[in-house]
Amino acid sequence: MRRTLSILLSNPLSVIGLLLVGTVVFSAIFADFIAPFPSHRGAVVDFSNFNQPPHWPNIFGTDLVGRDLFSRILYAYRISLMLGVVVLAIAVPIGVTVGLAAGYLGGWVDFVLMRLTDVFLSIPPLVLAMSVMGVLEPTLTNGMLAVTTMWWPWYARLAYNVTRSESQEGYVLAAEIIGASRLHIMFREILPNCVPSIVTKMTLDLGFVILIASSLSFLGLGVQAPTPDLGSMVAEGGNYLPDSWWLTVFPSLAILIAVFGFNLLGDALRQVLGADQ
Amino acid sequence: MSPVVQLLAKRLSISVIVLIGVSMLIFAIARIIPGDPARIALGPNATTEQVMQLRDKLHLDESIIVQYANFVSDFARGDLGISLYTNRPVMTDIAQFLPATLELVFVAGLFMIGFGIPLGILSARHRGKAADNVIRVLSLLGVSAPSFVWAVILMLLFAFFLPIFPIAGQISDTLTVPPRISGFLLFDCLLAGDLRAFADAAHHIVLPAFALSLSGIGQAARLTRANMIETYDKPYIEMARSYGFPEQRIARRYAFRPSLIPSLTIIGLDFAAMLGNAFLVEAVYAWPGLSRYGVQVILRKDLNAIVGTVLVISATFLIVNIIVDLLIAFINPRIRYAERSRP
Amino acid sequence: MSDPILSLLDLKLGFKTYEGLVEVLHGISLRIGRGEKVALVGESGSGKSVTARIILGLLQELKSARISGAIHFDGADLEKLSRRERQALRGTRMSMIFQDPTSSLNPVFPIHVQFHEVLRRMDRNLTQRQGMQRAISLLTDVSIPEPERVLQAYAFQLSGGMNQRVMIAMALANEPSLLIADEPGTALDVTVQAQTLHLMRDLVVRKGTSVLFISHNLGVVREFADRVYVIYKGRIVEHGPTDALFGQPRHPYTKALMAAVPRITGGGIPDIPENSEAFLDPMIDHEVEVPA
Repeated sequence: MRRTLSILLSNPLSVIGLLLVGTVVFSAIFADFIAPFPSHRGAVVDFSNFNQPPHWPNIFGTDLVGRDLFSRILYAYRISLMLGVVVLAIAVPIGVTVGLAAGYLGGWVDFVLMRLTDVFLSIPPLVLAMSVMGVLEPTLTNGMLAVTTMWWPWYARLAYNVTRSESQEGYVLAAEIIGASRLHIMFREILPNCVPSIVTKMTLDLGFVILIASSLSFLGLGVQAPTPDLGSMVAEGGNYLPDSWWLTVFPSLAILIAVFGFNLLGDALRQVLGADQ
Repeated sequence: MSPVVQLLAKRLSISVIVLIGVSMLIFAIARIIPGDPARIALGPNATTEQVMQLRDKLHLDESIIVQYANFVSDFARGDLGISLYTNRPVMTDIAQFLPATLELVFVAGLFMIGFGIPLGILSARHRGKAADNVIRVLSLLGVSAPSFVWAVILMLLFAFFLPIFPIAGQISDTLTVPPRISGFLLFDCLLAGDLRAFADAAHHIVLPAFALSLSGIGQAARLTRANMIETYDKPYIEMARSYGFPEQRIARRYAFRPSLIPSLTIIGLDFAAMLGNAFLVEAVYAWPGLSRYGVQVILRKDLNAIVGTVLVISATFLIVNIIVDLLIAFINPRIRYAERSRP
Repeated sequence: MSDPILSLLDLKLGFKTYEGLVEVLHGISLRIGRGEKVALVGESGSGKSVTARIILGLLQELKSARISGAIHFDGADLEKLSRRERQALRGTRMSMIFQDPTSSLNPVFPIHVQFHEVLRRMDRNLTQRQGMQRAISLLTDVSIPEPERVLQAYAFQLSGGMNQRVMIAMALANEPSLLIADEPGTALDVTVQAQTLHLMRDLVVRKGTSVLFISHNLGVVREFADRVYVIYKGRIVEHGPTDALFGQPRHPYTKALMAAVPRITGGGIPDIPENSEAFLDPMIDHEVEVPA
């Protein structure tokens, strides 16, 4: 663990990644204290100060109803991160269990589960999430559901590949010989070997969930107003380009910075944990 | 039967199974809609009788299995039903909007391959040096934003700030659009022999296609780099060096060619992901593709159109993947000559 | 004595790492006469393979490698040559045979393409047909029964032994003065390995090629080499003519190495007379009979 950290800190790119992720997570958690206008997360209207370019105290400018963009971006981070954590908390266990079972049990279990996975993987991710979102009401919970539907198959694939190669290893055979149960072998023997790849992928995916969720709300199929959301902010501001550039540029950069941070960190973890998959 | 034909047959049959799976999945998703789709389609002013009529027409009162069976037999005849949004056959709608999307994705795919792979090669050959680090950071940035962010940023920079490219649309309003033959505008311009229209349409497609391709470029560059670096550790690279072949030649014939094989699979997947991301870019550049239609039918809970759109996109995705598999078979002798034929 | 084809004098190699310079070779001296077959024997990690790669000029390309000492090849000081000049020597006047033949051949091109590439090192204007003909005769030299078919095949379609023959034919194609064989055929099974080694020995003897034979397998070395150097932890600990060295190993490491050779029957290593004249002081270089 200490070694991991010291390697991470010796690479400038991973340090930048760590800083970016730290800043995003910090500002999401402590948005209430950092945001200059905490009430602007909701349906507040201030027509005396609407659609203003960056100025003090609205350092990122104000939106079309006079809310502080900087404050709204902080709260949007909070919601995006929450969404990411919930999605992964559901998708990872499902996907990993499916992949482990298919990879270790083989035979028809393998065939059925992996073809099912293929079905999900052969609909472009965004289109799948869109259709789920479309038939449900656009709420935060349904958004999570939609993104989870498209996310678990990737973990199934990952766990499946690792399981397939690991189940050829001597230690699995040894466990089988001493009569360990299949469940024991799957979860106690093989699963620990998938952990590095899974952790790396989860780090990268926290960024990508933010990316996909913002894409959904950009199309109007995600989190609804007045909840602050980076994707809908960009969509709304897009109609006022180029004059009110701050409406789109700051939320866009906010997405870029968060995802970039998680990517840098995930890349660094991949190198340290040697989880190239 | 030659191995390539075998591979094609296997791929096709798996694709058909997967496509049936996709249709069931989408059908299931579309039927769990809360509320009455007929009521939503007709609006609040429709009479109960009208709603009943529409329900009857759409077979909504049958069991879901019967509905699915009807759907499959219609689909086999090329009929995806009527869109409640446009009141036209879904097939007609898709045939109208899909080509523009495919054209955009195709050009973006060319950008992805044309920029991504060379950047990856450059990066791998100068591993650890300044050029490598710059390319790595840039390609990571590329994958770090959804395409609508790139679309907005590129539009701001190269359409507003430096007005090099048109702001939106597929072709200038001042030009007469050539007759629609294939539906692919660039192609139709050429068919009509209208080079001015072609140049104008090409000018229009650059920015949206580039925005769409940026994450693919990043992904392709990262992948090519990683696979090439792995290949550089293979014994046949050392053997090539021991024969004093020039580094340039080793990079091209000994490192790149073999590493292209694993890269291509993923590049195929990325290509398919662009089919979805095209929705985002089309929205920004008012591109007359499937995006607007897709979002509208989803918002209006237009069942037939949702199922049809998703099915067509998935089929396109599967076709792209089959093409990629064939390409791989073409460059990978292991597949072309199944391993058993030892002389 | 006659002018050697290769001589290493006090060759040192170190690698720059995070923990400072790690020295791998601590001053190796070695010489190979014209037409002589010399073996470099030691366990893995003793520095055999890096020595081969320094001679070929491959390690010199590595940024982290620190090399000192003198390397003379055919009268020229290799360390004074430019990158390009060293590259020009490879594949023409010296060549190498690798451990695992199948994975050392390019997987995406058929054998004849790779042959052509090797032959073109000598003759830039070689046509496809000329190359094909040369390759066929070279493959016949290594007793490959259907050379035309083998040339059209890919490495993965051929057996390990076949690939080994192909690699030997390629390495000798341009009639190099020095052949380096790095644990040749270790990846093959024992009988195939023995067959291909016999073949290689006959060929190099016929062509008068000097060989640096790198191995950890004493049985093989004994059959193949005129003279043996024993390397241990980056130092040459003992050297001498093969028979002499095998007859009376001096250094404890050499003795240990020999004791480690498995014997199947009581035959084992034949008796060597105590007063064998073949045994000479290992610290002095000897005249070597040059095969015609």
